[in-house]
Amino acid sequence: MKISKEDVLNTAELARLEFDDETLSKFTRQLGDILVHIDELAELDTKDVEPTSHVLELSTPFRKDEVNQLITTEDALSNAPGKENDFFTVPKVIEDQD
Amino acid sequence: MEYEAVIGLEVHAQLATESKIFSSSSTKFGSPPNSQVNPVCLGMPGVLPVFNERVLEYAIKAGLATNCEIAGKSRFARKNYFYPDLPKGYQISQYDEPLCLRGHLEIDSGDGKKKIRITRIHLEEDAGKLVHEYSDFESHVDLNRAGVPLVEIVSEPDISTAEEAVEYVKKLRTILKYIEVCDGNMEEGSLRCDANVSVRPVGQSELGTKTEIKNLNSFRFIQRAIEYETKRQEAVLRGGGKVVQETRLFDSQKGVTFAMRSKEEAHDYRYFPDPDLLPVVVEEDCLEKIRLSLPELPEEKLSRFADEFNIPKNDAETLSSSRPLAEYFEECAKHAKDSKAASNWILNEMLREVEDEDSIAEFPVKPEDLAELLNLIGEGKINRKTAKEIFSEMISGGKRAGEIVTEKGLTQITDEDEISSIIEKIIEENQKEVERYRNGDTKLLGFFVGQVMKATKGKADPAVVNQMLRKSLEER
Repeated sequence: MKISKEDVLNTAELARLEFDDETLSKFTRQLGDILVHIDELAELDTKDVEPTSHVLELSTPFRKDEVNQLITTEDALSNAPGKENDFFTVPKVIEDQD
Repeated sequence: MEYEAVIGLEVHAQLATESKIFSSSSTKFGSPPNSQVNPVCLGMPGVLPVFNERVLEYAIKAGLATNCEIAGKSRFARKNYFYPDLPKGYQISQYDEPLCLRGHLEIDSGDGKKKIRITRIHLEEDAGKLVHEYSDFESHVDLNRAGVPLVEIVSEPDISTAEEAVEYVKKLRTILKYIEVCDGNMEEGSLRCDANVSVRPVGQSELGTKTEIKNLNSFRFIQRAIEYETKRQEAVLRGGGKVVQETRLFDSQKGVTFAMRSKEEAHDYRYFPDPDLLPVVVEEDCLEKIRLSLPELPEEKLSRFADEFNIPKNDAETLSSSRPLAEYFEECAKHAKDSKAASNWILNEMLREVEDEDSIAEFPVKPEDLAELLNLIGEGKINRKTAKEIFSEMISGGKRAGEIVTEKGLTQITDEDEISSIIEKIIEENQKEVERYRNGDTKLLGFFVGQVMKATKGKADPAVVNQMLRKSLEER
């Protein structure tokens, strides 16, 4: 196995995902297969090849620095599960002293 | 055993653009919650970020002004983590291909100039703001700040004391304000700083374990937090303990740093190139254009002021420390016959009348009008005392010096005959004092000067009066 169940669980935890044991086994196998394939690609000599993060040979388009407010506060909050006085609300998060 | 501190700083500076880095919402501070949010900054599905050209221009300026190399090609990456102030679940930042690399600044340290190297400057978006005070069970989220453009300026661990750290941030702030890419307002969070601090025995070459103190938003906090943290780590090592690598916060009330409790796993941001954004390419001619648009920087100004206007280095340093002040001085010196007098007046009389450097541009006395006042002193038409009165009147009334002088008949009496007759009269009226003076009580000279100045309503040149009085009193 290229990847352990613990690695998959850890990755799932980082992505806030939960699944049952059967799915865990499936994902572990599938992710392992992907890594085996990557290892095959890694056999190629790419010393002088620039890494590709985009298949298009383009550089970034720009926007002018102009303000254009497209939606209202009401629009912004309309799908929020929790809201109060123009704020989104979430279960309390706070970093405090030990 | 002696210990020394090794400090590196990460300074976050908000770029002074009108709109956000990837969306057209305003960056204005202090607006009602969630009034400056667009689908892009809210992380709505199906939207695409589009890069603000001014962000790139400002970041390049910051890089050039801090002696960095500007990368011909840089890239945006996603920094992945979950927190309610980050609607997309990732922050768009730059990771292994930042925009600016290998710069440096020079600061004044206790023993002369010291070079602080800058590792990199990269672009990123700010997160939203969380308010915890409104409820015991919920946090309130305002996303107006989400997507505001920032540069993160990362220094090498070249800083050795809290004082040097403060000097470095001050210097950086002055430069960023000078080139007008950041307003430098630390209270509003436009400039804030994380400090990486470690200590080691003097002479040891490898670094000790570091802690990171987050979110220091004033020079005082930077100073106190680093001082505290250095002492704390030293005490841990002296007691035979080990410093734990962790993130800490500074409690300004108690003056201590404390470990942030974090339920997160060890940070694993899983950076990867943002597929929504193409590489940022900076062409040579574009770079050259920006380079040419940079204003003269504080250090260049300092030495030019000292040479061109023949003023002491210290004065030149103060005058060049802020751009509005430097511009005010230069304009005034251009019109004043004596640039040294202009420097002195601005440093001694004017600065105490302005609240902060940013209000200098709105100072009621224009630089050329101050020059006119100074020229009147230079020509002997008014004395310094009168000039100070006129100056206050110029501040409150908005009139020019010449007008006030004519209106109030404040022209200095330099006519020796006129002064002489006043002196004679005063000597006659004060025979008793004259007698005492001639018997050796020479301190009474001040009394006579005072009388003459009173009789001339302060318009006589005190130097002339002094000299003539002494002569009259002594020759009889």
